[in-house]
Amino acid sequence: MMSQVPMSWFLTLSAILFALGVAGFLFRRSIITIFMSIELMLNAVNLSFVTFSYQNKSINGHLFAFFVMVVAAAEAAVGLAIILTIFKNRQTLNIDDIESMKN
Amino acid sequence: MDVILFSVFAIIAVVCAINVVVQTHPISSAISLVGVMGSLAVLYLLLGAEFLAAAQVIVYAGAIMVLFVFVIMLLNAGAETKEGRSLAVQLLGVPLLVAFLGIMAYFVQRLFPSSTMVHFGGFTGGGVREIGRALFGAYLLPFEVTSILILIAILGAIVLARKEMD
Repeated sequence: MMSQVPMSWFLTLSAILFALGVAGFLFRRSIITIFMSIELMLNAVNLSFVTFSYQNKSINGHLFAFFVMVVAAAEAAVGLAIILTIFKNRQTLNIDDIESMKN
Repeated sequence: MDVILFSVFAIIAVVCAINVVVQTHPISSAISLVGVMGSLAVLYLLLGAEFLAAAQVIVYAGAIMVLFVFVIMLLNAGAETKEGRSLAVQLLGVPLLVAFLGIMAYFVQRLFPSSTMVHFGGFTGGGVREIGRALFGAYLLPFEVTSILILIAILGAIVLARKEMD
């Protein structure tokens, strides 16, 4: 009868979510889905913060996760505004077509 | 009990995260991402982070994802095409990802072999009172700086998204 979860399971889950976020960031073409992958990675890191905070019995990890949330909200607002502007100028959401900084 | 709770919501989170990556339509990805965030909120509760669980549901699953869905609908984003992927990516992408994951899981297990066991109620310092005391005590300066950051973000979003006025 095991009623306690090892802490490493939480960290492994966090690693899985982070790796999936990296995969989405690298493999996807739609700029909106790439942005959502970034949010997924931020969530995975938050889970790590909260888990370590549990281990140390301290509140500091919660505060870090809170600040990550605040910055993610600001980032989402600005990023989606940038996506709107890109779509207005280029009529595409495919990152392969947005390459003016390449040359 | 805690193991069942963790397993159920960890599986939901992983399945929804895989769904975020493999779905071709952005709106399906967005709905799956809401599933990830909701199950992570339950895991935060398990870890004793009550305030963060509430903030996760309100800020992430509420505000940010609504913003995403708004933009997806506003731009009428359709399914993305699959052509043009290089052969190396098609062949090596998934195996490399699994190898990366295996290495990370191995190191996590090695670094934390029989460390802290998590059980519900093991840490009760994550309520609003404790967060508030820390936020307006030791973390007062970062908290005030984030308010400026949000102000700048609002201004930036308005400047970027407004119509050009002549």
